[in-house]
Amino acid sequence: MSVVPDTTTKITFTDNNTKFNTAGVQFIINPYDELSLTKALEITEKAGGSVTVATVGLAEADAVIRKALAIGANDAIRINANPSDGQFVAEQLAAIAQQGGYDMVLTGRESIDYNGGQVCGLLGALLNWPSVNVCTKMDVIDGKAHFERDIDGGRETIEAVLPVVASAQKDLCEPRIPNMKGIMAARTKPLTVVEPIAVDGFGQYNGFENPIAKQAVKLFDAQNAAQLIDALKNEAKII
Amino acid sequence: MTGIYAENSEGIFKKSVLEAASYASQISTDGVTAICIGSPNDGEADKLAKYGITKLIIVEGLTAFDAQNYGKAIAASLTGIKTLIMANTYEGKALAPRIAVLMNASLATNVVALPDTSNGFVVKRGVFSGKGFAHVQLSRDNKIVAITPNSIELKENQVSIAVEKATVSEAGNLTKITASNKAAGKIPLTEAEIVVSAGRGMKGPENWGMVEELASLLGAATACSKPVSDMEWRPHSEHVGQTGITIKPNLYIAIGISGAIQHLAGVSSSKVIVVINKDPEAPFFKAADYGIVGDAFEVLPQLIAAAKAAQN
Ligand SMILES: Cc1cc2nc3c(=O)[nH]c(=O)nc-3n(C[C@H](O)[C@H](O)[C@H](O)COP(=O)(O)OP(=O)(O)OC[C@H]3O[C@@H](n4cnc5c(N)ncnc54)[C@H](O)[C@@H]3O)c2cc1C
Ligand SMILES: Nc1ncnc2c1ncn2[C@@H]1O[C@H](COP(=O)(O)O)[C@@H](O)[C@H]1O
Repeated sequence: MSVVPDTTTKITFTDNNTKFNTAGVQFIINPYDELSLTKALEITEKAGGSVTVATVGLAEADAVIRKALAIGANDAIRINANPSDGQFVAEQLAAIAQQGGYDMVLTGRESIDYNGGQVCGLLGALLNWPSVNVCTKMDVIDGKAHFERDIDGGRETIEAVLPVVASAQKDLCEPRIPNMKGIMAARTKPLTVVEPIAVDGFGQYNGFENPIAKQAVKLFDAQNAAQLIDALKNEAKII
Repeated sequence: MTGIYAENSEGIFKKSVLEAASYASQISTDGVTAICIGSPNDGEADKLAKYGITKLIIVEGLTAFDAQNYGKAIAASLTGIKTLIMANTYEGKALAPRIAVLMNASLATNVVALPDTSNGFVVKRGVFSGKGFAHVQLSRDNKIVAITPNSIELKENQVSIAVEKATVSEAGNLTKITASNKAAGKIPLTEAEIVVSAGRGMKGPENWGMVEELASLLGAATACSKPVSDMEWRPHSEHVGQTGITIKPNLYIAIGISGAIQHLAGVSSSKVIVVINKDPEAPFFKAADYGIVGDAFEVLPQLIAAAKAAQN
């Protein structure tokens, strides 16, 4: 589960555009991970088992991890490292999964901050498990996983043997929100902090930029909308 | 050596594959090898040759998509290839990470520009859901670059192409596709060059006829805002934005959409944005290139008529 800036955050950078500016930013559970967490709870409520949340992050992630415990996860592991890139994160999560006992590892389709969309497939390859990405349905029946997933231009249904890694796409389920009982229970649920394993570097973020600001909009009269088509054809040369 | 993974869509190499070919041939000095799974249609190899592909390896023996087996087959065909370019489509996203582990590579997805190689290999990739870009140095010898469709310009570079075949065995599939449903003939939203999109301002699903008519006149795909798909006025596959699909068409026309930040996150990288909204204060106008302040029900018929006239 990845901890990301709230979806309404205005994105700015500091330190000569080398760092994301976290001043005043509220952090939330990555929206796709809210879906995978809810789905994990639904699956274990039906098929049995428990749900562990694993996050690669520093201590400031703890408050958001507690929220996942309040939603219903049984326990949590925080790998105490800056999640510098998706490949580093996947190596850390694979090390946790390898400790055994997991039938499914669910991720989000992507994190809404770094938009890698990588971790599901990386985990599959590192663990040598099948991986099924962008799932709109997930179920476990008689020890087998069933998915519906987005493909380019459509959808398909797919079965997989366990253990499996899968990533959540929108429409997977309605995300649960914590209730009072859950919030109370979360205070005493275990949140274990472990140190990261050593990983050779994959790369480095040198700097950031914002998209170029748009020029002021060019408006046309509603009574004379045909001018817009003319502008798109002859000025923007785009239709 | 540079390679591309040429995604085979029912025998056809789509534009996103040709973009990967253009990208690869602009960074390679010794030709580009394309790897494709399953035989492409007649004439498709020539399409690759037009964009600088010097060799095509057709891998046979896999009958159904399985990320693990496809990843292994592609990685096994990479002899000598250190940099692999592919399209960041759903298929690309399923495969790129699996290949990255097998080839021990640095992986960058969502890449929007040619690399800067003046000091190492630095790519520009989209981050923060359309609200930023990052420059990332890929430090491993082997690299995979997955490029966002519609962000790399096609660049012709006619060469001659050699075609080879390789066979792999399908043993050990751990997944099985049980049904597949592709909207035949429709342009996938992520690849459409023009998108006509509408929001709650359209009042109800019965009014989408005008939206579809304008789209079909412009050769566009249709999209919608989140509440519209939540209310099931339109299929969920059309929902764009932070929690929907991210698109980057040349032209995005937004009708009766307010322009909430979560909506913009999915569309703000469009080259030209047109906004039609009856509220002059709608936030979308700040992100627009062209706009009309007016009632969609009055403006759309005029646009349809003008688009028809422009066709003749
Ligand atoms: C976590 C989170 C994620 C989200 N993700 C997404 C997402 O991915 N995509 C998304 O779209 N939204 C998303 N949203 C919702 C987003 O905040 C907005 O609520 C949504 O985009 C509004 O949709 P809309 O513009 O169609 O409707 P409204 O906000 O109701 O706007 C309708 C617009 O139509 C105009 N209008 C009304 N009648 C007419 C007319 N006759 N002619 C012309 N204009 C007219 C109005 O002036 C208004 O601007 C998300 C929200 C959250 C909290
Ligand atoms: N720091 C992290 N800790 C735990 N899981 C993560 C982290 N970053 C990403 N993930 C998971 O990987 C998914 C895809 O992330 P990404 O590949 O970065 O887009 C997220 O939805 C999470 O489920």
